This record gives sequence, C-alpha cells and structure tokens, in this order.
Amino acid sequence: MLSEAGVASHPPCAFCMAMRRITGAVLPVLVVVGVIVAIWYLGAIQMNRAWTLDTAQRQGVELTAAEIRADAMAQERPVLPAPHQVVREIWATTVGEPLLIERRNALSPNPRNLLFHAYQTLAPTLLGFVIGTLAGMALAIAIIHNRAMDMSVMPWAIASQTIPILAIAPIVIVVLNAMGLTGLVPKSLISAYLSFFPVVVGMVKGLRSPRDMDMDLLRTYSASRPQVLWKLRLPASVPFLFTSLKVAVAAALVGTIVAELPTGARFGLGARLLSGSYYGQTIQIWSALFMAAICAGLLVGLLGLIERITLRRMGLAA
Amino acid sequence: MPRHWAWPGVLVCCVAVVWVLDWRLALMAAVWLVAWGINAILAKGVEGARVLVPVIFGLTLLALWEMAVALYAISPVILPAPTAIAAAFAANIPTLWADFVQTILKGALVGYVIGCGAAFGAALAIDRSAFLQRGLLPVGNFLAALPIVGTAPILVLWFGFGPQSKAAVVVAMVFFPMLVNAVAGLKASEAMQRDLMHTYAATYWQSLLKLRLPTALPFLFNGLKICTTLALIGAIVAEFFGSPTVGMGFRIKIEVGRLAMDMVWAEITVAAIAGSGFYGLMALAERYLTFWHPSQRR
Repeated sequence: MLSEAGVASHPPCAFCMAMRRITGAVLPVLVVVGVIVAIWYLGAIQMNRAWTLDTAQRQGVELTAAEIRADAMAQERPVLPAPHQVVREIWATTVGEPLLIERRNALSPNPRNLLFHAYQTLAPTLLGFVIGTLAGMALAIAIIHNRAMDMSVMPWAIASQTIPILAIAPIVIVVLNAMGLTGLVPKSLISAYLSFFPVVVGMVKGLRSPRDMDMDLLRTYSASRPQVLWKLRLPASVPFLFTSLKVAVAAALVGTIVAELPTGARFGLGARLLSGSYYGQTIQIWSALFMAAICAGLLVGLLGLIERITLRRMGLAA
Repeated sequence: MPRHWAWPGVLVCCVAVVWVLDWRLALMAAVWLVAWGINAILAKGVEGARVLVPVIFGLTLLALWEMAVALYAISPVILPAPTAIAAAFAANIPTLWADFVQTILKGALVGYVIGCGAAFGAALAIDRSAFLQRGLLPVGNFLAALPIVGTAPILVLWFGFGPQSKAAVVVAMVFFPMLVNAVAGLKASEAMQRDLMHTYAATYWQSLLKLRLPTALPFLFNGLKICTTLALIGAIVAEFFGSPTVGMGFRIKIEVGRLAMDMVWAEITVAAIAGSGFYGLMALAERYLTFWHPSQRR
C-alpha cells in the first residue's frame, strides 16, 4: 500500500497518521459492511425469484437468468427488498416529499414524509429521556444519602430491569388515553420509565465510585454533604452517567416505537411499521426500520461525542 | 423535644393538615409514613434487614395501590386493584399456562438458545482473525443499540404467525449483544497466561477449553443475563404483529381491546415472574460456575 511505504520513508506526518488510522479502523468496517450488503443482495434475489418465476409461468413467458435477477430486485412488494430499493424509498419519502402541505388553507405537516414520522417518534423519546434522566439522578442522590432508601428501592430497581417492561408499553398508552392524556405525554412517559432505571443503577455506582482516600480528604476539609456531592461525587460519576445515558437513550427510542404499535397510532415510526405490516408494504417497513436505526445511531453517536468532549475537558479521557 | 423527634413531628403535623383537605390522601400518607418509619428503623442495622426492608417497601406499594383504587373508586378499566389482578390470575391459570408455554417456552427460549449459541460460535470464528474483530465489533456494537425489535413485522411475514417467527425475532435481538460480550470475554485472558499455555505446547482447543473459556465466563454470563430480558421482550412484542390465538402478546392485545385490564395485569405478572425467574436462573448458574471471580465472593 502507498501510505505504508510513505510511512517507512519519512517521519510520520499528520496525513500518513490519518491514512494509517483509516486502513486500520475504517477499512475492516467497510469490508464487513460490504459483505453484509452483498449477502443481502443474494438473499433478496433468492427470496424474491419464486414470485418472479411464478408470474412468468402464469403469463407463459420464458425469462433469462439476467431478467429474473433484474425483476427480483424491482418488485413492488418483495419478500426482501434490495438495499437500493430501500434507499430509494427513504430518499423519495424524505427529500422527495414536501415537509409541509397545504390543507384546508393552512400549512400542516405532510404525513407522507418520513421525517415527520421520525420527528413524531423522536420528540417523545427526547422529552421522556430528559425526564427519566433527571428523575433517575435525583433518586440516585437520595439513595446514596439515605440507607433506608437504598435498602428498599435498590433491589426493586435492579429486579425491574429483569422484567420485560417494554412489552407492556402499549397498555400504559391505552390506560393514559382512557384517562384523557393523549399526544406527546403518554409516549414520553414510557421512554422516561425505560431510561429511568439504567440511570439510577449507573448513577448509584458512579456516586459511590470515589475512593475512601478521596472521601477522607474531603472529611479533613470538614466538607458538608452537599459540598462532597458537588465537588467529589458528581464529577466522579460522570463517566458512569454517560455509559448509562447511552443505554437509556437507546431503550427510550425502542420504548417509543413499541408504544406506537398496537394502539392505532397514526403517526410515528412504529405506526409506519404497523401499517406496512398490515398492507404487506415491505419496502415501507424496511425504510421505517432504517429511519429508526439512523435515529438511534444519531442519538447514541451524539451522546458519545458529548461524552468525549466532556471527559476530555474534565481530564478524565482515557 | 429531642432533635431526632423533630422530623416525624413535622410530618405528623403535615398529615393532620392534609386530613382536613382530603382525608383519603392523608390516610395513604399515614400508611406510607408508618411503613417508612419501620424501614428507617430496620435499616439502622437489624438482623435480616436486607431481605425485610425491600419486602416491606414492596408490600407498602401494593397496599397503597389497593387503597388508592378503593378510596378513589378508580374504574377497573383504568387500573384494577392488586386483589382483582390476583383473582383474575387464580381464575385463569390454564389460559395463562398455555400462553406461557406458547410464548416463553416455544418462542423466547428456543430463540434464546439458537441466538446465543450462534453468537458464541460467531465469536469463536471472529476471535481467530484480528481483521474480522476490527471490522465486526464496531458494526456489532452499532447493531446492538438499534431497535431490532422493529424487525418483528418482517420476520412475522417471513416465518408465519407460529412460534417460529417469535423465535426468529428473539434470535435477531439477542445475537449482537451476546456477540459483543463473547468476543470481549474471549480476549479476557492475560498475555502471561496465554504464554504459559504456549510453553506447555497446548493446542488451540486445549488452551480454549482450559484457559480462555473459563476466563470468558463472567463476560458470557453478562451477555446471557442481558439477553434473558431481550428474549422475553422480543417474543411478546412479535405477537403484536400476528400470532395464533394463544400467547402472552396476543392475550395482552386482545384483553386490552376488551378492556379486561385485570387479565392484562395477570399476564404482565406472568411476564414479570418469567423474566426474573429466567434471569435468576442465569445468575444462579453464574454463581455456580464462576465462584472464583471477585464479583461472586461474599
């Protein structure tokens, strides 16, 4: 490889370092992703060709292998849509559709735009995530300061993580709807609940992470409990907090999507999944799924970025 | 008044004030305060408090729930009382058992075994190639954070309404978390230990069985424990997209439609028991097999 020959001949420059990082970290990922896409194409052809052959036989047409391959990747309701079909669908429903349409002389969001559905899912996710995180941090602070709190709440907080809470999300929505709560609030309560416990467990661990030596030092300064909390425990808990935040935001997003499933929600990625599965619109299902994946990747990636910047500024970065 | 009586005194006054406004709220607050007081005393260091305190806390929550439903006459359509749920549970044990068998044993458990087994096999394969590790691990980490449960409608279309599609969803859900943990576990042995095996002229399989699998066990169990919950979620959620007329997700969906909330909560109770039981089984196996690990010492 060119870059490696270059490295050998002169001291490492920024460009060569970057190239080496690319060949070391990015290339394997690209190869793996490429292999996955290739397998996907093969699978799409294999799974869709039965339908193609069936139609051809009924019409009494003989098809060449190339024609079968082309048709298997261009069906309207394929068993497994080819990657480019999904990408084209996502493009057509995000860039190809106007964000706002005029209805009854007023501009309203266009329900055919996938970004609108993503927003409908992301808004409750983020609201719930913020509520759940703040509540979780508050409970964690209470737990480390009160022994009775610790002994009564912690076992339940840990046990609650072994229970498939997510599966009951739709019921909570139904109940809240019956109580007159609709719109953003019920969905965000689900995501708040799901992000709550990872934050509690992670924060309790983090707030207890200062060593005895550090605690003793603050005691020699005769620091009060709030001072210990602000100056030692909270800063020490930041790495733990970010780890659980990344788990929590992923859980919150899944929670919102599942909450939209059997309740007849009309907007949101979960609603797109469900209507796609009712009408056999596989391309629509896959594009909603990809949109959900993009959202999850963005949220977790954003938190990872904030984590790196924060830890570096705190001098905690590895 | 001695200092440690000040807080209870203030709280009792508060309850008295609330009593004037709404006696039902005051009654519940009083129950809560009494239970909390008992817990606060127990937590000071009574023998057996570690079990007693959480049990009292849980029972208090149940009692408050029951009281709230009874005192405020909450409609059973919105929130049934714990006693009503228990009655529904006792009355429908055959149905609940059939749902449990369909969803947990035929769906979740089968998928769990296949998914975790496949992930472990893939980890063994990846482990031998540094290139694959660098390529698959970031992809696997990314996929593990995705809402995989969204593949449920697709897999139901492919594998039909039976338990096979539920098992397939579970496989998709548990594969990547298990893979990431298994790969991390296989790398957990130290270079010094591997060198020692090398000086013994141990073959790949010998060093795998005698050194690297035992050191990987804490990581494997971590993955296995995370996957128990994921498996249950996958199997139940997949049933929302289509199922035969039996199964926990099916029952929840149908009973929500009929507004029979006590039956829904009974089903949730089954899910909770199955989830914590499954997790507890894994934790027990972990304690038995990794007794040497620092986290298991008592």
